[in-house]
Amino acid sequence: MKVRTLELSVGVLMLAGIAALLVLAVKVSGLTFAASEPTYKVYARFDNIGGLTSRSKVTIAGVPIGRVTSIQLDPKDFRAKVEMQINQSVNYLSTDSSAMILTSGLLGEKYIGIQVGADDTMLKDGDIIEYTQSALVLEDLIGKFLSSQTKK
Amino acid sequence: MLDWVAGVGRSTLNIFTVLGRSGLTMYQALVAVPDWRVQFPLLVRQLYFVGVLSVIIIVVSALFIGMVLGLQGYTILVDYGSEQAVGQMVALTLTRELAPVVAALLFAGRAGSALTAEIGLMKATEQLASMEMIGVDPLRRIIAPRFWAGFISLPVLVAIFNVVGIWGGSLVSVDWLGVDSGSFWANMQNSVDFADDVINGMIKAVVFGAVVTWIAVFQGYDLVPTSEGISKATTRTVVYSSLAVLGLDFVLTALMFGDF
Amino acid sequence: MVSDNVIVRVRDMSFYRGERAIYDEVNIDIPQGKITAIMGPSGTGKTTLLRLIGGQLRPDAGVIEVAGKNIARMSRKELFAVRSRMGMLFQSGALFSDLSVFENVAFPLRVHTQLPEDMISDLVLLKLQAVGLRGAAELMPAELSGGMARRVALARAIALDPDIVMYDEPFAGQDPIAMGVVVQLISKLNKALGHTAIIVSHDIQETFSIADYVYVVADGQVLARGTPEELQATDQMQVKQFIQGLPDGPVPFHYPAMSVAEQFS
Repeated sequence: MKVRTLELSVGVLMLAGIAALLVLAVKVSGLTFAASEPTYKVYARFDNIGGLTSRSKVTIAGVPIGRVTSIQLDPKDFRAKVEMQINQSVNYLSTDSSAMILTSGLLGEKYIGIQVGADDTMLKDGDIIEYTQSALVLEDLIGKFLSSQTKK
Repeated sequence: MLDWVAGVGRSTLNIFTVLGRSGLTMYQALVAVPDWRVQFPLLVRQLYFVGVLSVIIIVVSALFIGMVLGLQGYTILVDYGSEQAVGQMVALTLTRELAPVVAALLFAGRAGSALTAEIGLMKATEQLASMEMIGVDPLRRIIAPRFWAGFISLPVLVAIFNVVGIWGGSLVSVDWLGVDSGSFWANMQNSVDFADDVINGMIKAVVFGAVVTWIAVFQGYDLVPTSEGISKATTRTVVYSSLAVLGLDFVLTALMFGDF
Repeated sequence: MVSDNVIVRVRDMSFYRGERAIYDEVNIDIPQGKITAIMGPSGTGKTTLLRLIGGQLRPDAGVIEVAGKNIARMSRKELFAVRSRMGMLFQSGALFSDLSVFENVAFPLRVHTQLPEDMISDLVLLKLQAVGLRGAAELMPAELSGGMARRVALARAIALDPDIVMYDEPFAGQDPIAMGVVVQLISKLNKALGHTAIIVSHDIQETFSIADYVYVVADGQVLARGTPEELQATDQMQVKQFIQGLPDGPVPFHYPAMSVAEQFS
């Protein structure tokens, strides 16, 4: 009987470990097991990404439709080339859509917002979004404000 | 001056000798096709002594550490009006650093020292020698199951540490200090990545588990079989494994989260 | 010289611990089926000799043959096979502290045989009966007295009916009754099972009462050999001092020091 409780407690410990990992996956890191929806790749070039990182959200009207997967500097024109994975179900992004880098709240994280255009042709895997608006950089804003003040 | 150089040389040689001997010991103990019919019951038994008996100290420590993180995080973040980020802070600190490191240190003190003392006592009372005379290799019979038990137990304990710690953090910040429960969890889920944070933390746990039990069983196996030898080796187990855990934690952190 | 079958042959064997020679070109023959005692003052490496014969230590020079095979040349596997034909009773008993008395005695059987459980149970109880502890089968080693622990260890040592049984200080630290029991057991088991016994001891009376042949070792050398009667009649001073237990003699009572006059002047 003593041996039985020993083995039982070891079994319980192992189960508790697996359960703990599940909790960490679902409740803590928000991993959803159904989320392996097929995606397609879209690129966008920005003058300044201002704190955007990979794994940042990509949204339309605030609704997440994908994630940023990598950010690279293009050595030809010194702009940032951002690669995004967009959910396959969102197949209605026209080629003249525009992407801009937004901030959630005053000091919150950066994310990409997409505004759908009016063109008839849609973005396909590997296409590039031409119209972009870079992140707001506080120093630039202050600089513009000051120069407009001095011109007066 | 020459004496000093000679001394450094000698102790360096000593370190390499000990490392070599411990590596060889572990090789002989672990590299073999296990006879599961014999090994499995032994492993389960050691999982009980090494793992189950460490659960209480792990759970209690995790609870308090999580609560302190919640409290400290709240008092700092509330000044910036972003106290809902406390969930993110607690979860990231625990999964990336505190859970593997603190659990490994507690494990070294609770299970590692016990392993060293137990094996040392077996050596002092000639149990290892008599086992060898009966024709059973004590490395396989005594050392191997204890090593695997430690190797398996620590990651399990770390997973439990994480969950209990985060729950402790939510207890303080959500239930007592009134942080909004929704934004506490949402913030956490947005910033914690399963692969980058949780799994990397578990990889640390696996490494620490291997190192701590390695040090513990080798110190027990290699000690001078007297009561003084046992007490010294037990102390060495705790000191060496604590230093190894902290040092390796820096290396692993640099590899995982550093931008090289 | 003993002429009958020699089971353990030690030839020109030297063993060093650091700079100190524990054994220096020693020759020892252990005859088969007899009780041979290795005697000598404490600290002369008598236990070391047993470990050398068991192959746990390797000699620095010379040869140790067990049943005609050089023990130092054996592979790990061969060595473990030879050891299954040897039983050793350790000074402290060395019972496995996490197993019951029954499981301790069953241990060598489970390792070396594939016997069914009921047969193992019978054998174990038989061995325990031989040492008078069948009733203690379910106790844990921590619950036994020192004398009982040694008897259980003896039951474990003879569990596989070995050819050679080695006793490391079987009489040390025992009360007179327990000592008498062990003396009787060793002699009885030797007669009944016909195995070779090697006893390492410094208890003269008990050892001489059962040994067929005695070696006296000191300072890495064999000082004397012979039957107990021959040794008792010896006029070698060092052997005489050891056997009669005289406090002073060739082995000095005083640890080397400056002279008394100098110290207290």
